[in-house]
Amino acid sequence: MVVVLTLICTVCGVALSGLENMTAERIIQQTLLFVQGPNVEDVLDGSDNDLIADRKPITVDGEELILFVGKQEDKPWAVAYETTSSGFGGDVTIMVGYDLEQDKLTGLKVGKNSETAGIGSRVTEVQFTKQFKGLDIALEFTDGPCPVGIDAVSGATVSSTAVCEALKESVEIYPKVKESDL
Amino acid sequence: MGLMHEFTKGLWKDLAPFRVVLGLCPVLAVTKEAETGLGMGIGVIFVLTCSNIIVSSIRKLIPRQVRIASFIVIIASFVTMVELFSQAYFYPIYQKLGIFIPLIVVNCIILGRAEAFASRNGVVASALDGLGIGLGFTMSLVVLASIREILGAGTIFGIDIMWESFRPFTFMAEAPGAFISLGLLLGIMNAVSKTSQS
Repeated sequence: MVVVLTLICTVCGVALSGLENMTAERIIQQTLLFVQGPNVEDVLDGSDNDLIADRKPITVDGEELILFVGKQEDKPWAVAYETTSSGFGGDVTIMVGYDLEQDKLTGLKVGKNSETAGIGSRVTEVQFTKQFKGLDIALEFTDGPCPVGIDAVSGATVSSTAVCEALKESVEIYPKVKESDL
Repeated sequence: MGLMHEFTKGLWKDLAPFRVVLGLCPVLAVTKEAETGLGMGIGVIFVLTCSNIIVSSIRKLIPRQVRIASFIVIIASFVTMVELFSQAYFYPIYQKLGIFIPLIVVNCIILGRAEAFASRNGVVASALDGLGIGLGFTMSLVVLASIREILGAGTIFGIDIMWESFRPFTFMAEAPGAFISLGLLLGIMNAVSKTSQS
């Protein structure tokens, strides 16, 4: 009884880990294309290069990051990368784009999240995220978790806070990202 | 000829989920669009057929006390394969189906056939049973999803087919519409079989 069950579980386990190994690479590619892709295209709008292909892994503060570089006529004009914070239903990941010359935000998009549908998920909507476009990186967080002048989504305080905290982290590492070899 | 009956019964006599009223939860959830209905159906055909084959081939080796646990492990493995495969090669469908792919494990049709049929019959018969019921399930999903998509969005498989001034009946795309369409189809099917019997 125990033997049969153990045997079945072992065979299944081995088969599945083998399959997972085989598909891991492809799955990362697909996630990049369909999940992060649209967000990168949005915040780095105006670039003329292949944003997914031109991504590079960099290390900031000992942590690995995937940097998306936007180029115009082969010259990098903006970068974008993801940061994560803890939201209502789990991690909230945001993609923030930065204009390298003006040191301003080119846009913010919310990526992977598990916020409550219809309530917390409203932070992914353009009404909320468009507030961040064009902001200077010298943001003041004196008036609460979100930068001064940003309106949170009413009824979605935790989700809004998560986005703002992830933004704070993003802005904090921007100088180091800019320093790294582009 | 007796074997072909195992296949054809899944297409009408034991059509899931209308005559064998099992697996209703995913039916209601994924039939918003015809494409997701088809995707779910293909996943179920794969899991049902493969798990029926495996369960049938090792049915003499599984002790009675652990049979359900064994069936679940086998079914869950095939569902995980479907999940990994769809994530790797059909990402948009994987995104749309979301949590309903892993939920195929607890789809009563699959466990039901493993227990009621595959654990008591030969491999070929079980494979045909799985294929037939899976195919019938897929047909039902696509029909229901098409009705909901045409009325609820004016498209089918993403293609606009209704006239210009058609206002989508969005009620059909939501949960209440799902229940009502399912109920109506069930009623129609019952009426049809009653008249064909008499």
